[in-house]
Amino acid sequence: MPNMIELSYREALQKGIVEEMERDQNVFLMGEDIGRYQGTFKVTRGLVEKFGQRDNRYNLRILDTPITEAGFAGIATGAAMAGLRPIVEFMTMSFSILALDQIINHTAKIHYMTNGVVKCPIVFRGPGGAAKQLSAQHSHSMEGWYAHVPGLKVLAPSTPADVYGMMKSAVRDDNPVILYENPGLYAIKGMVPEDDAAFTVPIGKAAILREGKDISLVGYSRMTQINLEVAELLAKDGIDAEVVDVRSLLPLDTETIYASVKKTHRAVVVYEDWRSGGFGAEIAARIGEDCFDDLDAPVLRVGGLNVPMPYARNLELQCIPDADDVLAAVRKAF
Amino acid sequence: MSNLTEEFPSISSNDLKQYLREMLFIRRFEEQCNIAYRAGLAGGYMHTYIGMEALASGWINSIRKGYDYVITAYRDHAHALLLGTDAVAVMAEIIGRKGGTAGGKGGSMHIYDPENGFYGGWGIVGGHVPLGAGLAYAARYRNEDRVVLNFMGDGAANQGVVYETLNMASLYDLPCIFIVENNEFAMGTRLEYHAADPELWKRGQPYNMKCERVDGMDVIQMRKDAQRIIDWVRENQKPYWVEVMTYRYAGHGAADNDRQLYRTKEEEEVAWARDPIARLRKYLIENNIMSEEAIEAVEAETEAEALAVLEKAKESPFPDTDEVYDNIYTDMTPEKGH
Repeated sequence: MPNMIELSYREALQKGIVEEMERDQNVFLMGEDIGRYQGTFKVTRGLVEKFGQRDNRYNLRILDTPITEAGFAGIATGAAMAGLRPIVEFMTMSFSILALDQIINHTAKIHYMTNGVVKCPIVFRGPGGAAKQLSAQHSHSMEGWYAHVPGLKVLAPSTPADVYGMMKSAVRDDNPVILYENPGLYAIKGMVPEDDAAFTVPIGKAAILREGKDISLVGYSRMTQINLEVAELLAKDGIDAEVVDVRSLLPLDTETIYASVKKTHRAVVVYEDWRSGGFGAEIAARIGEDCFDDLDAPVLRVGGLNVPMPYARNLELQCIPDADDVLAAVRKAF
Repeated sequence: MSNLTEEFPSISSNDLKQYLREMLFIRRFEEQCNIAYRAGLAGGYMHTYIGMEALASGWINSIRKGYDYVITAYRDHAHALLLGTDAVAVMAEIIGRKGGTAGGKGGSMHIYDPENGFYGGWGIVGGHVPLGAGLAYAARYRNEDRVVLNFMGDGAANQGVVYETLNMASLYDLPCIFIVENNEFAMGTRLEYHAADPELWKRGQPYNMKCERVDGMDVIQMRKDAQRIIDWVRENQKPYWVEVMTYRYAGHGAADNDRQLYRTKEEEEVAWARDPIARLRKYLIENNIMSEEAIEAVEAETEAEALAVLEKAKESPFPDTDEVYDNIYTDMTPEKGH
């Protein structure tokens, strides 16, 4: 067993980035205010001092960019085509909307359009979903949009150990990867391998975080933390819930999800994105198609309200799924 | 071999003969593409380079082929041919065959050949311009002395992402030459109807970048200007913005069958008087470098070669249906089925 250390999600993420930058000189970081300003959510705190010089006009390994998302996403993509391995931070995933033409029309398709000749190893990462009162333009959940696109891989880890190991896997992957971080997770703590540089978490594998026999709570990112809380509440009522942490949206580990549903015969899919058309709808549809005979109740979804995120704290909280919303769905399943 | 020009760069008469042959081959190749399109062999969008041959020839004959990077938009056949991509593979791609540069998955707009330094072949106007700057970023990151030829059309010169890229290219000292192929039309919209200031050469100025306008209809002058600019960029590790004046004799694409919607026949006739191939032909005869008969022989040869290329490309089979999932990822396939 490796030595374990307690780290926040934010610290674990940085540990993954630093280890990959030290392992491979081709790995570099770019984004808005990631260097001198230390990162808006402080994921990159201290890195310009570690890998560059604060006083340099620019540092090629820790590159502060102008606020031009399409431009720097494209430059990163071109650099990846030529063999570098960029990690691109979006200050929030909401701003990646400005770069969608680059990511979807260029990055995701290069390998196919060249019939495998050109690879595009690149990681786009950043916080997605609601933080706290950032209102309509800064609270987008973008993971479902990206998981719609062939050519991308999409990860949404829920624990410090997973974000650490998945960050490393993402950098080593030869395909473009979106690493989606919910800002509500940055401060949570968990145990992470301290000095095991070979540690990674595989892409495309879901995890069972709590075993149970009565109902499957299927979610990813921060909603997995909600599902763990709900499972404890249900245990008091004698309902034994299984918590399936999807972790990887594309590719999707249906094997683990289906095995859980075949055991519990009930499923609630929980996601923060708008309920209508969000990625949870895709998971629910697949369970419905492939596990119909195993189900004792319809597959239920709990998603964010279908409204632009409002500013007032009470309205914002109303929009984001919480334990009560998941409990209500669970009751409908019995 | 005597040099025709005393000033830098020296261009030999053999070089000029090579340019003539290449330009003639490109024109005949593009004509075969049109034939293939009309015959239903090629589909989709297909854009030919007829009239613009001197431009790509001048630039690409001034780089270190296979070392420097080249990227362009969808009017991309000529760039690939000049870089040395197998003409049959280019034609096979245009008609969607397995033997194409992308196995039939790209088509006319998406020709790639990274071994020869060619990174496409892109369909979104202006969208590839940051990718070209990214290629330059990689060169700079690795302390190489490569330069990037980043071609775009005059229509692209209005796209927002182009200006984001110019800012960053200048900010980070990227060895990237932004080349606006100004053929006077963004699809069917004339320059003065799409550009608030049609003097596109000025548009690098706000980014603290060297800028100029040059002539792309005279291959000798194009070759000289290109070499001067490329050498400067390689030496100084800074970007450069160049507007190159040219003209598109053909329509925007093969589906553009009514050019009178945006220009007159008289205008086209005036433009044909600037034909870069006729111009070089005249220069070679007047300077006793090639005889009329010798040129006619090259014309006949290139015509036969282009014809043979299409015939050869047609022998390539269509891609197998089970290849449809190949190379979406390096290591997996997406969920299969409808």
